[in-house]
Amino acid sequence: MTYSPHTEADRARMLDAIGVASVDGLFDDIPSAVRAGPWSVPPPLVEQEVRAELARLAGRNRIPEVSFLGAGVYRHLIPSVVSEVISRPEFATSYTPYQPEVSQGTLQSIYEFQSLICELTGMEVATASHYDGATATAEAALMACRLTRRTRVAVSAGLNPDYRRVLETYCSGPGIEVVDVPVDLAEGGSGTTEPSSAAEALGDDVACLIVAHPNFLGQLEPMRELADAAHAAGGLFVAVVEPISLALLEPPGDYGADLVAAEGQPLGVPVSFGGPYVGLMAARMASVRQMPGRLVGATRDVNGRKGYVLTLQAREQHIRREKAASNICTNQALMALAATAYLTAVGPIGLREVAELSMTQARHLTGALVAAGLAERRFGGTYLNEVALRVPDAARRHAALAERGIVAGYPLGRSEPALHDTLLLAATEVTTDADIDRLVAELEETR
Amino acid sequence: MSYPDDLRYSKEHEWVRLEDDRATIGITSFAADELGDIVFVELPEVGATLSQFGTFGVVESVKAVSDLYAPVSGEVVEVNEALGDSPELLNSDPFGKGWIALVTLSDAAELDALLDAAAYADETA
Repeated sequence: MTYSPHTEADRARMLDAIGVASVDGLFDDIPSAVRAGPWSVPPPLVEQEVRAELARLAGRNRIPEVSFLGAGVYRHLIPSVVSEVISRPEFATSYTPYQPEVSQGTLQSIYEFQSLICELTGMEVATASHYDGATATAEAALMACRLTRRTRVAVSAGLNPDYRRVLETYCSGPGIEVVDVPVDLAEGGSGTTEPSSAAEALGDDVACLIVAHPNFLGQLEPMRELADAAHAAGGLFVAVVEPISLALLEPPGDYGADLVAAEGQPLGVPVSFGGPYVGLMAARMASVRQMPGRLVGATRDVNGRKGYVLTLQAREQHIRREKAASNICTNQALMALAATAYLTAVGPIGLREVAELSMTQARHLTGALVAAGLAERRFGGTYLNEVALRVPDAARRHAALAERGIVAGYPLGRSEPALHDTLLLAATEVTTDADIDRLVAELEETR
Repeated sequence: MSYPDDLRYSKEHEWVRLEDDRATIGITSFAADELGDIVFVELPEVGATLSQFGTFGVVESVKAVSDLYAPVSGEVVEVNEALGDSPELLNSDPFGKGWIALVTLSDAAELDALLDAAAYADETA
């Protein structure tokens, strides 16, 4: 059968009606110099040949045998129920329908997601999700500017450098200036944002202070003091968090965060190049009308039965046009559903166990490397499941280990030259003792 | 439709009631009817300076969101806090209990750029 609804005869009639000789004639206005093509496309292949070609390409993937890479994305055990739930065709194939209230199941799943994120963060309202942690962070910055009517944002250098670049891009359009707040990078220093330097960067035109916790160096930040500094300058405090850490750490709502943004990938979404991941954002109810994106609310119908609706849509672009809170209303519904299924499957005790085991393995990893004389802590202070370790000649040895199928974390020199001798190593509950032993043995051989 | 004779009107559907140098501002019954059930009003802050025909707040109804445009320039001395809990006053009594803000008028000549009741009625006919 053909999937094309129009026959040649249909096309000829339509062209005739508008007085154009051929379909190509529709594009005559486009100068040939800017047209794409001609295409150099290989001849068609039969299915068997396509499979062989794809297998050949896939064979070029280098899948590490052992990985300590984190840097914003973390491998965790994903219970099978997560893929079972998100593979259901009702969820997997459906786009948010126009007249979304027809899809009560989809809306209920998003409402439950929002409720879980509120519980995790200690905040009052969460969005239906965003593309990823970087865009959620950038949206939080824009939201802070709308709420305070200020035009600068201060950001800790401890924020993931990729997030920092996305933030810069988002801010460039509306003309918002991004001000950096340094992190103490001294040998054996805190590796955190000093509240005094934050206070220096803040001023009566700064909408918010953005701080990651744990920061990109794995360090826990003095969030309460930093929140106080932001508030003292009349600005808002944006906490960028790692969701599994919230099973152990104080919820951002408790230390004065006005906005929370996060990458939700650790909650049941597999590590993959380019995603899809899922951005989380939560806020206080008083600022709900400035939140970007979709929000699902619970209500009752005329018969008193519980139901779910898209609510406060007047913030959104299809109603408010250019004055909408954001020009992106896309949410990552399927990945948000994965997070919902994951959190439901592991429960609060399971989540805490995941966080504790990850932390324990990171300590085991650090201890083993330090005991072997291969590394030392680059900073003081506290870390959770990711740690910055000084390893002499880090870049060369990182590359040498990669040849042996081991990803020895992220070489921090790639984003901060002062840390050229430092590797950022992550551990989670899937990191085995044998993985750690292998890293120690192989790193020894690269001396 | 007819409109109160003692007010001046903008083409953006706001009204002004002048008492000495103080001007009360609201939206017209025409605007309220067009918007439908109003569910939220974002009020200006007391002390804010409004400029004629500039935006100073937002009204949100079940079907639309609209900016409020100041019919005159001036400083906000009072806002109608009752609209926080009862935004529907804009629908039920737009020229009375549904007033939005009280401002000190900075330039009485600006009133010349506004319409009288008859002209506004023509405008919305």
